[in-house]
Amino acid sequence: MLALALALAVTCAAGAYLATSRDVLRAVIGLSLLGSAVNLVLLAAGRLGPSAPPILEEGRSAFGAVANPLPQALVLTAIVIGFALTCFALVLVLRLMQAARVDDTAQLRFAEPPAVDTVKPPEESDELAERTDGAAALRRRDEPC
Amino acid sequence: MLALAPLLVPLVTALVTALAASRPRTQRVLSFAGSLAFLAAAALLLERVNTGETLRIAFGAWPIEHGIGFAIDRLGGLMVFVTALMGFATLLYAESDVDAPRRAPYLAPLVHGLLAGVAASFATADLFNLYVWFELMLVCAAGLLVLGGRLRQLDGALKYLALNLLGTLLLLVGVAMVYGLTGRLAFDELRSASEHVAAAPLSAVLGLLVLALLLKSGAFPLFSWLPAAYPTLPAPLLALFAGLLTKVGAYAILRLVADVVPRAPTLYDGAFATALGWIAAATMLAGVLGAAYHWDLRRILAFHIVSQIGYILLAIALGSTAGASAAIFYTVHHIVVKANLFLVAGLVASATGSYDLRRSGGVLAARPWLAALFAVPALSLVGIPPFSGFWAKWLVLRESLALGRYAWAAVALLVSALTLYSVAKIWLEAFWKPLPAHVEANSAATPTEQRPALAACALLGLVTLSISFAPQALVEFADAAALALRGGGQQ
Repeated sequence: MLALALALAVTCAAGAYLATSRDVLRAVIGLSLLGSAVNLVLLAAGRLGPSAPPILEEGRSAFGAVANPLPQALVLTAIVIGFALTCFALVLVLRLMQAARVDDTAQLRFAEPPAVDTVKPPEESDELAERTDGAAALRRRDEPC
Repeated sequence: MLALAPLLVPLVTALVTALAASRPRTQRVLSFAGSLAFLAAAALLLERVNTGETLRIAFGAWPIEHGIGFAIDRLGGLMVFVTALMGFATLLYAESDVDAPRRAPYLAPLVHGLLAGVAASFATADLFNLYVWFELMLVCAAGLLVLGGRLRQLDGALKYLALNLLGTLLLLVGVAMVYGLTGRLAFDELRSASEHVAAAPLSAVLGLLVLALLLKSGAFPLFSWLPAAYPTLPAPLLALFAGLLTKVGAYAILRLVADVVPRAPTLYDGAFATALGWIAAATMLAGVLGAAYHWDLRRILAFHIVSQIGYILLAIALGSTAGASAAIFYTVHHIVVKANLFLVAGLVASATGSYDLRRSGGVLAARPWLAALFAVPALSLVGIPPFSGFWAKWLVLRESLALGRYAWAAVALLVSALTLYSVAKIWLEAFWKPLPAHVEANSAATPTEQRPALAACALLGLVTLSISFAPQALVEFADAAALALRGGGQQ
């Protein structure tokens, strides 16, 4: 019980530390660590205790003597979903770092360009005119300058 | 079986369109057929729930109290219908060349997957299941965000994903805590189980869940992902996102505090509801101030989503049945209007060549019918009588005055005035002002096929007009839906 609490605290702290990093790759790994901490919470919420598998012969009941199967089912679902999202996030971050050549969140201002002066918002790039194939634009950016 | 349609129809459509990814023409036909089937099933569903019946089904042939259940009441049925309508309008618009998304083979599967996630969230009757559908929405939304592959889209998608992942984790912790506290996850069982939980742990857990859902609905102060990510989308997808996604968060809050834990508004002498109300007021103000600052059509409208979510949250925070009814009416009105505004904005931008108001103008003279299409949702957004926004705001204001929440009502009125300012800015700059001399009319970007886009805008405009001039039908429906909450709909 204490071991689980400690594991949870350490995972949570490491996850929170990494997630608040300005390095995008670290931030994503931190979020995934936080996800693992949440999975531990989910498992613990179903009461820890007996570890016998909850497989019974028909007609018999064994309340309290076997592990609670529901949180196991829930945590399995959560792990699969978390895995998929982490994979997607990692690929996204790698692609972004390749294309932008920065990994500092303070410099990732492509979606929201910083204002040119204190009063006026930036003028939008003329996106409709530049309507080029996105993949081609990326390939151009990937070429060594 | 009809209760499963909101999940199965879009999910099967997503599957078959994914299989037909290499055959664009077949995929288009399948995609439209799926969308129409979804719309038909949703209409049938709406007719069934309108009799007061709650459609229930549990997966895996479990008895209804053990299995993961779907339960569609009036509120769920109405939201599913609006979802189907938005899906159809989006696909119709995407047939045109107006600010069209890049023709990617996996566009249609992702859109239908998103619709499945949204509709299943409205249909589910299980807290953990709700989390699963939120995840499906998140995955599909992130996929759609990066589809264009441009740098700004990748950047926007990262911000969207990072904050929404955090929200998802908060939601999952909340779900785990609810299970630890009550041993229940099904809404019906939680309703009775939550009666016996002490106020302190219950409000802590509820606070966690509501915080996660506030993040998902783009409420103050956790809305920064929304104006960062949404404007990077092409117009039809932007309309779909803007119309539906944040409203699922708002719906889940309403379901949670008005239906599943009916004690919520009274916890600690209403402190819980009061906190939610002030968050709503801050959301309205922050959103409308962002809209007043920006000059890009999409950014203005994206910030308006935030401020309008504030009205819905305010109605929920009132905690009364009339408040819940106002929230339902407001949500339906707002989904249609907001999606329509983004669709028209795409047409306006394609007419002038830019989304930036400083470089656009002259639309009223060049395309007066476009001005008419814009005027209906825009006047409705502001709340000018007799448009649907007026009735929605009237319901919210009347109830907050009736409950003595004068400060919230004052904020709501102030925000309405500021909304008028930023919508007037769009009107003056894009429609009335002549096209600036230094901007050449962008003939290269002028789309060749506009008719599907116009049809989609006109369809949503007609829906708004029918709510505007015959609000009584929707008001009565929302009243009945709100009355059926708190377990009142159980037979």
